Amino acid sequence: MPGNNPAMLQNSDIFEADAVIYDLEDAVAVTQKDSARILISQFLKSSKKPFPMEIVVRINGLDTDYYMDDLNMVVSDKIDTIMLPKARVETLIELDKILSRIEEEKHLTKKIGVIPIIELAISVLEINQIVTLPRVNGVLLGAEDLSSDLEVARTKKGDEILHPRMCIAVACAAYKIDSIDTPFTDTNDDIGLKEDCRFVSSIGFTSKAAIHPNQVPTINEIFVPSRKNIEWALRVEAAAKLADEKGLGVFSLDGKMVDKPVMDRANKILKKARNYNLI
Amino acid sequence: MKRGTAGTLESNDAMIMVKESDGLKITITSIVYDFFHEQIENVIRETLKEEGLTNVEVICNDKGALDYTIKARLLTAISRMEEEK
Amino acid sequence: MMKNSLMRNVPENYNPYVSSDDYKSKKRVLIDKKATNSTVEYLESYSDLFDKLNITDGMTLSFHHHLRNGDFVFNAVCQEIKNRGLKNMKLAPSSIFPNNQCLVELIESGAVTDIYTDYANGPVAECISKGKLKGEFLMHTHGGRPMVIESGAIKIDVAILGVPTVDKKGNGTGKIGKSACGSLGYAESDVTYAKKVVFVTDNLVDTLDDYQLDGKYCDYVLKVDAIGDPNGIVSGTTKITKDPVGLKIARMTAKLLDEFGVIKDGVSMQTGAGGTSLAVAHYVKNIMQERGIKGSFASGGITGYFTDMLEEGLFEELYDVQCFDLKAVQSTLKNTTHHVMSGSRYANCFDDNVVDKLDFVILGATEIDTSFNVNVTTDSHGKIMGGSGGHSDTAHGANITVITTNLIKSHMPIIKESVTTVTTPGADVDVLVTERGIAINPLRTDLIEKVKDSKLPIVTIEKLLETAHEITGVPQKIERSKEAVGYVVYRDGTVIDTIYKID
Repeated sequence: MPGNNPAMLQNSDIFEADAVIYDLEDAVAVTQKDSARILISQFLKSSKKPFPMEIVVRINGLDTDYYMDDLNMVVSDKIDTIMLPKARVETLIELDKILSRIEEEKHLTKKIGVIPIIELAISVLEINQIVTLPRVNGVLLGAEDLSSDLEVARTKKGDEILHPRMCIAVACAAYKIDSIDTPFTDTNDDIGLKEDCRFVSSIGFTSKAAIHPNQVPTINEIFVPSRKNIEWALRVEAAAKLADEKGLGVFSLDGKMVDKPVMDRANKILKKARNYNLI
Repeated sequence: MKRGTAGTLESNDAMIMVKESDGLKITITSIVYDFFHEQIENVIRETLKEEGLTNVEVICNDKGALDYTIKARLLTAISRMEEEK
Repeated sequence: MMKNSLMRNVPENYNPYVSSDDYKSKKRVLIDKKATNSTVEYLESYSDLFDKLNITDGMTLSFHHHLRNGDFVFNAVCQEIKNRGLKNMKLAPSSIFPNNQCLVELIESGAVTDIYTDYANGPVAECISKGKLKGEFLMHTHGGRPMVIESGAIKIDVAILGVPTVDKKGNGTGKIGKSACGSLGYAESDVTYAKKVVFVTDNLVDTLDDYQLDGKYCDYVLKVDAIGDPNGIVSGTTKITKDPVGLKIARMTAKLLDEFGVIKDGVSMQTGAGGTSLAVAHYVKNIMQERGIKGSFASGGITGYFTDMLEEGLFEELYDVQCFDLKAVQSTLKNTTHHVMSGSRYANCFDDNVVDKLDFVILGATEIDTSFNVNVTTDSHGKIMGGSGGHSDTAHGANITVITTNLIKSHMPIIKESVTTVTTPGADVDVLVTERGIAINPLRTDLIEKVKDSKLPIVTIEKLLETAHEITGVPQKIERSKEAVGYVVYRDGTVIDTIYKID
């Protein structure tokens, strides 16, 4: 959502997205960065009830003059995650330090997560390290800027981003964090969007960014947990409850040990399924 | 004389101008004036109070902005006014 | 003034609204149909029309609005009234659009003193709201208008009707001609019951095999260069909304209708031509296609979206009182199952009407209150900006009436404790769907039961009001004038509410 657009902000919570990204970067003119920061923070402050989705703010890159004001203004208990453009290992480490300082100064009750945007060729090379950094709880592929850095044409089919997609899907899967595919920019091509979602889902992406609220239902249709996964997660939940009652720390299901990553995965599926009213 | 302006005349937004003045003066025009001018004025007064401003004139041209937008535009206008020092 | 059953102030000299099915206790009243004739006489000009028909002070002239914002006929007649300095004229156009601005001057001068219409928008509506009209202003429904004409409650001296194509016997059709507008449904009562009937056309042909208006009632034909501007008559195509909030409302509505179990073989439906209404049709269509469901009919103002559905075999028939776009006009020509019908057949409570057979209708609202009363007549200041059209007719007729609207538009909650003006009584409104929740009328215990396990966000209408106020704040109460400028007449001829003067 463009950060300086009140008409869009006021309905941003109704679209059944897992997360909404409030943008301070490309969707906000350089002369309106101050205006957008204040609007987003006042909007988030005004809400009496918790939002039904994760709140993400995309700040300006650490190579700009705006990011420090962005962070000082918007970081609060009302947001969950900061999205960092043109992220690299070193900028993510720097961002972690700044966030730690602000969290302490503002006495935040939570730890803010970070979603790096992979939109530089060098970031693709660094991906295996990026996913291990503190706070990083998901990764977004930014194919428009990446293809320009690669000096290749951006196509609907997306052969030019096949390798980065594979790298991100694997790296995120390895560290059990969200892999978020690049937005499908043609808002009038619902069939193309669906095909794109199916493909990235098949190579392991867990989610996709929408460039328009009208894309959300199609994306959800592909990425909602399957019936099979929901049933599995429900069984994990039931087994965990039983183990808890018996005072067991670890337990097994179908002959396999259920450890923390497995529990986390099951919980994630169930949370999503409940969000979508599937159970 | 210092002044600052923020916001737009798009639907659901408001354009707010703040300038130094001898006393407090608030002028509101709004597409929902009959139904919300008191509420808009309250938001402006509260915000000025929080910012410790008493001698300013505020001109608000509202296109259906909710309270937080009015407050955000006013705060931005105030901060832009200060920037002109 | 006295109070009607909705506790609205209504005048003593009209029958007050009792209930939406009170018509069942009344008998249909029919005046004699007008005299027929076997030949028509041709007129030279509008001036000639006024001379030959001896149009004098105080007469009632009627018009239809099928040429909508492109209509030239109504304006030309207004010009002639002005040229002749006529006074105290009564006009009965089925709707008034922004292009009828020339009427303002006639109202202010007293040339026109009384107006009967189903819908008014633009400068004329504003002028009436300001109290400029000296006589009576009644706002009927599309089904109520034929009823008051056939019963003689409104007596038309001369019906002056733009007809896109007329043959030498005086038969008329809207399907062809350079000013084609499709169905001429709202003109049929005028043709049958006015004392004299004039067809104004820009396309005179030898004979018509297929015609909607019967030449035996036509007394005069006036041939002019153009009866309207095609650009204002119909839009090229009517498209579904791209607004994400509207689409979300439409998706929820289609899902809800599905959970009610009404999307099944034989389903009949009507939606408005607005973007959100059409989007509901789109999502319903998807469900029908997925499951191979065949509907029986769709009715109302027809758009290309419905003619596509007809051609794809999703409906057996279309009943069309008015075409909204060019595609619909073309379909009236090529599809034999696309029927044009009269306003009476469409929605007259005393006729064997189509709206009574509807499974569901999707309608909009300018305001809706916690009693489910809907206002589409005035804005929240009380200024006239619309009218029932077929709103209250279809709401009564359809088994399920769904109102789709944004909960909030530009800081204004659309939901109120009490609407400014009642157009459609809450007893006929079953469901409200907004982007922040759905409310079902407590009277519909059957519907509530059907969705008791639904995952859709179904809440009480009071809760929706609360949600709206949490976001916008509570609107200030405004002082309203007590001076009446007109009345909202329900489809059975009773007064459901009063329209008050604004500054």
